[in-house]
This record gives sequence, structure tokens and C-alpha cells, in this order.
Amino acid sequence: MAAATLTMPAGRALRPQMSSDDIIKRGLMIVISLYLLVALAAPLYVLLSKSVTTYHFDLAAFEIQRSDETGANFGPAKTAAALNAETHAITPEQLEAGSGDRLSVTRLFPDFSFRSPVKYRIRGMDSAASFLVGSELHRGTDWLELDSNTFRRVSLRPSTATGLDNFVSYFSTPSLTQAIYNSVLMGVITTVLVIAIAFGLAYALNRSQMRLKGLFRLVTTIPILVPSLLPGIALVYLFGNQGLLKEAMMGYSIYGPIGIVVGSVFFTLPHALLIVSTALAIADARHYEAAASLRASKWRTFWTVTVPGARYGIISAAFVVFTMVVTDFGLPKVIGGQYNMLAVDIYKQVIGQQNFEMGAVVSVILLVPAAAAFFVDRLIQKKQVALLSARSVPYQPKPNARFDWICFAYCAAVALFILTLIGVCQLAATVKFWPYDLTPTLKNFRFDLVDGGGWGAYANSIKMALLTAIFGTVIVFVGAYMVEKSEGFPLGRTLFQFLAMLPMAVPGMVLGLAYIFFFNNPANPFNAIYGTMAILVVSTVTHFYTVSHLTALTALKQMDREFEPVAASLKQPFYKLFFRVTVPVSLPAILDISIYLFVNAMTTVSAVVFLYSTHTQLASVAVLNMDDAGDVAPAAAMGMMIFYTNVVARLVHAGISRTLLTRTQAWRRR
Amino acid sequence: MRHEIVAAQPATPTGVHPMTGKPAYLEIDGLWKAFGEFVALKGVSLSIREGEFVCFLGPSGCGKTTLLRAVAGLDLQTRGTIHQAGKDISTLPPSKRDYGIVFQSYALFPNLTIERNIAFGLENAGRPRAEINARVAELLALVGLASQAKKYPAQLSGGQQQRIALARAMAVAPGLLLLDEPLSALDAKVRVHLRHEIKELQRKLGVTTIMVTHDQEEALSMADRIVVMNHGVIEQIGTPTEIYRQPSTLFVADFIGETNQIPAKVLADDRLAVEGTELACAPHQLALDSNATAVIRPVDIIPHSMSGIDKVGTPENLIEVIVKEMEFLGSFWRTRLSSPRLGSRILIADFSINAVRRLGIAVGGAMRVELPGERLLVFGKAA
Ligand SMILES: Nc1ncnc2c1ncn2[C@@H]1O[C@H](COP(=O)(O)OP(=O)(O)OP(=O)(O)O)[C@@H](O)[C@H]1O
Ligand SMILES: [Mg+2]
Repeated sequence: MAAATLTMPAGRALRPQMSSDDIIKRGLMIVISLYLLVALAAPLYVLLSKSVTTYHFDLAAFEIQRSDETGANFGPAKTAAALNAETHAITPEQLEAGSGDRLSVTRLFPDFSFRSPVKYRIRGMDSAASFLVGSELHRGTDWLELDSNTFRRVSLRPSTATGLDNFVSYFSTPSLTQAIYNSVLMGVITTVLVIAIAFGLAYALNRSQMRLKGLFRLVTTIPILVPSLLPGIALVYLFGNQGLLKEAMMGYSIYGPIGIVVGSVFFTLPHALLIVSTALAIADARHYEAAASLRASKWRTFWTVTVPGARYGIISAAFVVFTMVVTDFGLPKVIGGQYNMLAVDIYKQVIGQQNFEMGAVVSVILLVPAAAAFFVDRLIQKKQVALLSARSVPYQPKPNARFDWICFAYCAAVALFILTLIGVCQLAATVKFWPYDLTPTLKNFRFDLVDGGGWGAYANSIKMALLTAIFGTVIVFVGAYMVEKSEGFPLGRTLFQFLAMLPMAVPGMVLGLAYIFFFNNPANPFNAIYGTMAILVVSTVTHFYTVSHLTALTALKQMDREFEPVAASLKQPFYKLFFRVTVPVSLPAILDISIYLFVNAMTTVSAVVFLYSTHTQLASVAVLNMDDAGDVAPAAAMGMMIFYTNVVARLVHAGISRTLLTRTQAWRRR
Repeated sequence: MRHEIVAAQPATPTGVHPMTGKPAYLEIDGLWKAFGEFVALKGVSLSIREGEFVCFLGPSGCGKTTLLRAVAGLDLQTRGTIHQAGKDISTLPPSKRDYGIVFQSYALFPNLTIERNIAFGLENAGRPRAEINARVAELLALVGLASQAKKYPAQLSGGQQQRIALARAMAVAPGLLLLDEPLSALDAKVRVHLRHEIKELQRKLGVTTIMVTHDQEEALSMADRIVVMNHGVIEQIGTPTEIYRQPSTLFVADFIGETNQIPAKVLADDRLAVEGTELACAPHQLALDSNATAVIRPVDIIPHSMSGIDKVGTPENLIEVIVKEMEFLGSFWRTRLSSPRLGSRILIADFSINAVRRLGIAVGGAMRVELPGERLLVFGKAA
């Protein structure tokens, strides 16, 4: 028992020899990591660097010489700054520039004439200064001699600097910063409303014995199946300038905060309901019964047991809803009127004013709430898991006629709200001019008569959604498998896990803009995918990566950890196990991922609105553009096409899932 | 803290088993395993001969699974080497090693039928279907589950699943069978039954087997040799009887079976004193006058009446006791005895029903017990 033997001999830890399985697994993980690096990390990096890049014309960086009328005798060389000091031809404001701005040098010579025999020489003061002659780039300190006719085609390029100037100018523009306030306000109001409504719904669905629960569950998922623009269009029809119920607004306008809040409640409700429902379901029934046996009043039980039990779910849902509202683009675009929201500002800056740097600044600001929400959510998920693992007994509600009726009435009211908005769009899409001419017609579905991409856009959307579902599911599931079921390589796996979680914290608009910066750069080897279907698929897969990844991970974690070792001991390659066991057993999760990706690809607007081209217009973007152009009925019709498609997709998914379950029931049954 | 047997005869490079002289099949030498700061294995050395059934036994967290996983290549050791059949497998990936494994969870593939599960390892390119099917049928018959071939794992009982996992592991006729607590998920009755079945199967196939367990009864009844582990070191390696009769450390004595532990002082290399009473004891190497712990098992205590001696020959260490409590445990009586000569210490002794009747042992009565010197083991006080 000598103590000496109790210290480990010095030296390096042994390293395992890699099997071919390890090499393949590691290779696949690296490939998918690279995908996430290219499709996510690199564009975000470029976006961030854009936001801190400023451009201005540095007149001191150029030197110009001018000859006399003979064209032979040159005067002294002067910097452009010195020239401008004499003439004041260019104001300091005009020196501030965007990346694409050019400054014509002839402005420094008020008496310039392109017909004169006067010659000019120009050079940069250092190797960074660059100017264009026509479209030909010149750089460096060598003099370039030009005649007047050529000299008029010389334009200076701005020099770049890194700094927070963009942010300074953003924050000193009240019209822009107002959007922060507006977005936060809308986010907070909607969150409070939605959480209250969702909690009531979840409570009624989990804790009552009312009838038609299944129907209510179904109706409350409808908003997931339509783009967020659709409730906006419905609200315009109901309460807009020519709306049926305009009087009900009592002078207030639906265009602005009211419309945004109501529409946001509509499209965030299913998400909040899902989270709060789960939280309520795991709230411990034993606690609940303990409170009942102590004869605590119902009201007290509610506040002392039910609400705290679901608190993590409520906080988590609140952050999710807040982020969705703040980062949503479609709804405020349709119904926001003059009320500026951050996500719309990005669009306006980029598409309207071509001010990419300011777009990047707004994007960075938009990243803040999304990232915060993401981290809070992660934190809370961990706590909730701990809550879950404490053994809790599922709550068994007891019938109570009065309570059940209240619940029923409440759910019916919420369902009515959802069905009304969808119903309005359905009607508007299928009559001549709702509500004034109710003759049924399909003319609104003749998309080729209006701008927006026509049926081609719809076909593109289907194609995009299918490709997203197929490729996305494969990438996500294989990636999750590699990170969950491979040994060693801890650094790589941690990095991968981080990359996979990142998309959740990146709003669609931000991703889209980041893609412009990254892919629309001729120097980028991936430049070729810009403007193609591929970039739409890549952006959508990336945008919805995290939730899919978590779904896959959950399914894989439930699988026995020893399958891989067993297969290895039997000398079978991991891919045999993967295809024979892992995939079949995870099939329900795989189907869930693909339907999730499909539905979201059909409805998403935010990332793709920056990335579609004339050949790759999409249905959801068409809704936006048609609405923008005043073709509201066709916009509603296209929105409904998306809805129908998603309903069909859901039905197909349910059908396949059921068939699979019955076919594989044998091995699931105990 | 390596046990003397191992320390005295370190694994020889020639791979000859220290006890039998037969070539060792599995040779583990100087194995260390660190999980960050925590060291789970501390210089474990061990050799196992071909066809042997070895149990790793020890309390929870002592490193049994870690050692097994190192042998399997699932958790690579930090230091040390492992040779199997003369080949260095220290850093080989699991797929390059030669073993079959059964986990506590069985890890049966839930979506494959029993026969597909067993066939999983056989389906290599080129092997004809008929041959596979024949082998599967043979294995199913071996574990006595031929009628269940078309069922799915979830439709079988725990014990049946266990046997399927065993059949699957044996399908490819591995040189080594690794079992990590294969019986612990089963209820007591099935467990006892399966012990015999596994042991039987192992003997029939002659496969070298390592089984991890923390159930001493399981180890004692199944193993050819037991490796007792504690805190990442091997305390003792030996046959079940050696481990039981001649524990080499206090830990082993305490861990296997029941013991009475009595603080004592060393008087000579076969004598000690307890509370002033001098007793003969098994030979030991402890220093004179040092503090020690004397250990005797309840079954080794021999009952005598106050008057006569219940035995031929001269009894050693005969002391008077009062019977404080008696508990009938089915096949014997467990008694709690108070002995004034040992400082009113309580001794636990197990007496046969026969002896209790014959000697009229009853609660409150006085009697004498003999603590046979060779059964009174002495261990140094832990420092
Ligand atoms: N991956 C790991 N990381 C850190 N510590 C570990 C890891 N695996 C095991 N350990 C630690 O190493 C020690 C030995 O673990 P091991 O699983 O070998 O115990 P065991 O003897 O099999 O116990 P049990 O009877 O409970 O199965 C334990 O203290 C355990 O906490
Ligand atoms: Mg263990």
C-alpha cells in the first residue's frame, strides 16, 4: 500500500487510434460546421464589420496638378483638400459617404470645361487612396496625366475607417431611434396580452373538462400556417380606411400601434400557448392537491401554486413573444403605417435608401433583444428541466360544470378571433370586392394579372419549401447525430453546438442583410449562389436551424447511448446502425422537423425579402409586394394559397406519421 | 495499494499467468484513468487467463465500469497498457478489438425483431443468408428462446431481453465477453436463475468473461476469480473462497460477508490483546504493540455450553458471553452476544438451529464461545 504508487506516472495521456467510423463522423461534423460557418457565422461577421465601417471622402489623400492652356506647363501640385479650401465647392456634409458613393473631381474646378486643352495630373498620396477613371480603378502614388475630356470622368472613391460613427449618427437621428422605443413598446404590450390570453387558454385546455378541446387546439395552431402579413391584411379589411367596421375604431386608426398589437397577438399566440401549456402540464399535481386539501381558496391556489409552477414557462414564453414581435417585419410593413419599427427600418434603409451601413447598424441593434431573449430562454430551459425531473404526477381535472362553461366560452372567444381574421381573408380572396360586392369569383387568384411574380412565385415557394424540408432535415439530423453520438473531439462538438444554437438569436431581417453583404461580393467564392434558389434554401434552413436541431437532439438523447458501442463491438459501421436503427426509431422527430421547415419556408418573409431575384420570387414575398402595390385582394388570395398548402402539408404529415406509427406499432407496444 | 499477490508478481512481459503458468489471455498493466482532476483508476494491473470468468466487484463508484470500458476501448485509459491474446490493444478503437458486450440496459435495437438483433453482427458482405439464419437459430436455441424469434424486444421480459443481448454479443464468437451489471435490472428471482444460466453458457462456450457487479453474492456464486476494487485500486484478486476466507485487507473482509471488528493490540505475530484479554490469532506481520483490528465472521464463532466443550481437541480463545438477542433467519440463528471479557463488546454470531437446540441457547442465558485463532484475522489500523 505504498503511497508512491498513488501518483500517476508523468507523461502524456494516451490518445485513441481513430477508427474509420471516427474519421467519417468527424469529417461529416466538420462539413456541417463549415456549412454553419459559411451560412451563418461569416455573414454575421461581415454584417458586424459593416456596421462599424464608415466611409468618407478624404480630400487630403489626393493631389492634383493642372497645366496652362498649352497643356505643357503644369502649375504646382495641390491636394484636393487645398483646392476645396479655395473654392468651397464641396460641403463637409457631402464628404460623408456610403460605400457606393463617388465624388467627381471636376467639382473642385468651377471653371472646368471638358473641351479645354488644359491637362490634369492626379495621384493618391498613399497606396490606399483610389479613384476611378470611368470604371477603371487607379490606386497609388504615381501621377496619371489626363486631358480635360478624360479628367471629367475621374471620380474619387471614399476611404474607409472603422469606428462607431454609424452608431453615433444613428443615435443622433431621433426619427430612427424612435423605432427602438416603438418596437419595445409594441413588444411589451403584445407580450403582456398574449401571455394572459395564452395562460387562460392553456389553463382551460389542461385543467378543465370542457368539450371541443381538440377543435380549440386545432384552431389555435392556425396562425402558424400563414405569413404574419395575413392578419395585417385582415385587419385592414375590417378596420382600414374602407373597412367594414371602421366605425368601431372610434376615430383611431388601425394603421399603426393598434394594428400591430392585434396582429401580433394573432401570430404569436400559438407559440406562447405551446410553451405555457407544457409548463402547466408539468406543474406538479401533488402540490396542487396538497393546496386543495389545505382548503386554500381556488383563487389563492391559483396564485400560490399554479402560477409559480408555470413561471419558467411564462418567462420563457414572454421572451419568445417579445422577440417575435420586435423582429417581425411582415406585419408592421402591412399595417404599421407611419409607425416605425426596427425590422421595417432595416428594410427601408436597405431597399428604400440603399444605405447598407445604416441597415447594418439597425440590424446590430435588433440583435440585442433577440440575443438577450435567447440567453434567458437557455437559462430557463435548464431550470425547467430540473423541475420536470422531480417526479410529478399528471394532473387529472375533475368535471365542474360552471368552470367548464367559463373555459368553453373563453376558448370560443379566442377561436372566434382567429377564425374571423382568417375568414375575412378567405372571403376577401374569393369575392369580387369585399364587403361591397360579394359575387363569388376566382379572379383574385389570377396572380399573373398583377405584379408580384404570379403563380410562378407560388411554384417557387413550394419548390423552396420542399428543398428546405429535404436538405434542412438531412443537414440538421446528421449534424445532431454527429454531435450527440460521437466520442471525443470536445472542442469541435462545443463549437458545433454553439453554431447550431446561434440562429435562434438572429432575426430573419438581420440574416437576410448579412447574406447580402456576404454573398453579394464578387470576391466571395460562393457569390454564384446569390440570386438563385439555393441562397433562399440556405437562408431558410439556417434561419430555422435551432428549433430543428433541438428537436433532433431531444429524439437522439432518448435513444440508448450504448447502441453505438454495441454496433462497434459487433464490427458494424456506424452508418449501418444509423440507417437501420437510428433513423427508423427517430422517424417521428424527423417528420416533425421536415414539416416545421416546410411550413416556415412557406410563410417566411423576413430573410428572403432581401434575397429573392426576378427568377425566384416567392409567394410570401408576393403577398407583401401585392399589398404594397394596392392589390390587396390578390395578396389575401396568395396568403390563403399559402394557408391551404400548409394545411395540406400538415394533413399529409399527419397521415404519414399515423401510417408509420401503425406499421411500427409492433415494436413500440410493450 | 496494489494487493501483494499482484505486487509480488507483476504482469510479466512474456504474458504468462502468474498463478497457473498458462499464458494470460488478457493482460492489464499499470492502468490509470483520470477524468479531469478526478482519478478513477490508480495503477490497476491484472491478468486473466483464457476461459476464465472474472468478476469486478466493489462499491458504487470504485471504478469497475471504468475499467471494463477501458478494456472495451470505450473510455481510453490515461496511462497503461492492455494486451489481449498477446496483441497490444491499448489504444485500439472498439471496432478493432475482439469482444462482445452486454450493457445493463441491454441496448437491444427496438425496431428490429429478436432474430434481426442477433443477426446484426453477422450481416457482413458476402455471408450467405442461410448461414446467418442457421447461426441465429443456433444462438436462439442456446439461450432457450427459439420461439421468440419474430418478436420485438419490447415484447419480451427483462430476463429474456438479457439473454437476447447475450446471444447478440456471442453471435460473432468473440474472444472476450464483457458484462456490465447484466443482472441488476432484473428482479431477485430471475436474477438468481440467470446467474446459473449465464455461468452455464460461459462454461459451455469457454469464452473468457469479465463481469462487473456490485452484488457480492453474484460474484461469489459465478466467478472463477474475483477482483475486489475500492477507490480505483485493486484490493484483492482471488477465488471466491480465498476472498471470503483470506481477505487480504480490512476493506475486503468488511465488504464480503459479515464481520465482527474488534480493536486490538498486537502482542506477537500470532497473539493479540482485546481489552486485556489475550487471544491467539492468525499469523500476521504487524509490528509489536501496534494497534490493529481483529476480524472474525459470525459463522466462524463456535458455540459451547458453560459446562462442556462441544468439540474434540482443545478450544482456543474460549470466552464467556451473555445472549442478548436472537433472530431466526430461516436456516440459522443470528445472535448478539455481550462478552464482559471483551469490554462488554457485542459480538454477532450465527449458530445452526441444531446447535441452538442442543446447547439450549436462549436470550438472557450465559454460554461460552470459541473464536478459533486461525479464523481471527488481524489487520493494521488504517493510518
Ligand atoms: N465520464 C466521467 N467523467 C467524470 N467522472 C467519471 C466519469 N465516469 C465515471 N466517473 C467517476 O469515476 C468513478 C468510477 O466510476 P465507475 O462508473 O467506474 O464506477 P462503478 O464502480 O462502475 O460504480 P457503479 O457500481 O455505481 O456502477 C466514479 O466516481 C464516477 O463518478
Ligand atoms: Mg458501473
